[in-house]
Amino acid sequence: MQLENAGVPSVAVHTDVFARLARSVARMNGMPRTRQAFVPQPVVDKTPQQLRGYIEGLDPTTKRPFMQEVIEGLSRPLDEEDLKGLSFDRSTPRLVEPGTEDDLQRLFLDNGWTDHLPVTLPTEQRVAAMLKGTSHQPDKVVGRMRPTAYREFWELTVEKVAVNAVMAGAKPKYLPVILAHAASGITARSSSTTSLAMTTVVNGPIRDEIGMSSGIGALGPYNHANATIGRAYQLLSINGQGGSVPGDTYMGTLGNAYNYSATFAEAEERSPWRPFHVQKGYKPTDSTVSIFFGGRYTASGFGPRATWKEKFIRCLTSIDHNQAPLIVMDPIVARLFADLGFDSKEKLTTWCAENAMMPAREYWDDQWVQTLTHPLAVAGVEPFASKLKAAPDALVAMYEPEEINIVVVGGETQGAWRMIGGSYRNATVLVDAWR
Amino acid sequence: MSQLTVHDPRGYPPNVIGKRLAARPQSLVGKTLYLVDCLFDNSEAFMDQLKRWFAQHLPSVDIRMIKPRESWVDDPAMRQKIAADGHAAVLGVGL
Repeated sequence: MQLENAGVPSVAVHTDVFARLARSVARMNGMPRTRQAFVPQPVVDKTPQQLRGYIEGLDPTTKRPFMQEVIEGLSRPLDEEDLKGLSFDRSTPRLVEPGTEDDLQRLFLDNGWTDHLPVTLPTEQRVAAMLKGTSHQPDKVVGRMRPTAYREFWELTVEKVAVNAVMAGAKPKYLPVILAHAASGITARSSSTTSLAMTTVVNGPIRDEIGMSSGIGALGPYNHANATIGRAYQLLSINGQGGSVPGDTYMGTLGNAYNYSATFAEAEERSPWRPFHVQKGYKPTDSTVSIFFGGRYTASGFGPRATWKEKFIRCLTSIDHNQAPLIVMDPIVARLFADLGFDSKEKLTTWCAENAMMPAREYWDDQWVQTLTHPLAVAGVEPFASKLKAAPDALVAMYEPEEINIVVVGGETQGAWRMIGGSYRNATVLVDAWR
Repeated sequence: MSQLTVHDPRGYPPNVIGKRLAARPQSLVGKTLYLVDCLFDNSEAFMDQLKRWFAQHLPSVDIRMIKPRESWVDDPAMRQKIAADGHAAVLGVGL
């Protein structure tokens, strides 16, 4: 659409499963008559001959020849609607029409404002009580969110975050942590077809102040603060970005259970290593939220036992190399690694990066490495450019050491560890700014 | 049953400002058409087939292939080049 703005007649080609989304994006950009043409899904893995078949075939959304849609899209004269575009006001009201408990639960569910579980209705009294959890004014803008890069940003105020915190069942004392999530500007409800989900880790004194868990079952539904903060992050993402609706603002083909709630605290006091936020330059007395992108895979193990190196290499080389791991480990495991000479997290993550290797052919034969990394390699950006020059059977590193992170958590009932899809993109937010 | 007054949980969207489409040429004959490979997996192969289709059926159209620097990242320099040198563009495949 930016090309149209620059005076260049354009046709955007999409696969048909994105038809609703593509038309919605065009409408929200004020250009609902954007000329589009569609081919069948998928394009990935199709041969040149099959792709030629798409081009010579029908647009599956209109049943007209695909190339007719393309050529007419570029040359058909504009009509009145094409010339004026579409302007409209989308302001959202502060309150909804009064109703009964059952009616309002149904309204919230039908409007896509929930995670499809019952919510605590955000009455004026409950929201006012929640707002006592922060010193900030209700109308202060906390952040902006959108489900993907080609959508428009929506804004969230302190009051809107508080409303979603009430819906999640959170307590007012959790609000600064929830506001920090909102301030990240990172949605927990990406529309990605890959079913991306976020895991968030809380560090610093706020953990104990509000009763978060870094002990038994910390990654599960066994602590009120962990569960409701994680859920609030989901709900404020849904409502703070204009929805998370399948086929429109959500396209994750498989979905992801991390999209219910995935927030926990680090067991800083029981870890032999520096807390995560201190690794990233914060003071131990700072309270922070850190966000990890992924959630698409989990590998797990126990130990470290005598063959831990083989086990780690097997896990590291089996997971998606387009999504670096967040390694969560029980304090028992962390202390055993420290006993083995890994006196810092960095020493262990460096070992992981140096030993997680794969043939260059396999490294590049990945849909998302092709889409996201290959252009960088072609442009000469290291270390990708060197990997692109490697012979097909040459081993290349899957990750750089700084891409792999470790967080210590767990109740010490078992020496367990997991590798969770969790790329860290410098997303750590100071909770103290939102007290 | 008692009536409750509750907050709307949605954030604040920007207003939508209508934008017009660019003026169309009467035909593509003799025009320069950019095929923009948006860097999705296999989109280059798709665009190559599209180029071959034009060469076979509309050979007077001057087809030029172009790519942005990165996926998902706006490339103003690429847009400027298309606007300066081209008459029309096809973008794909993907979003």
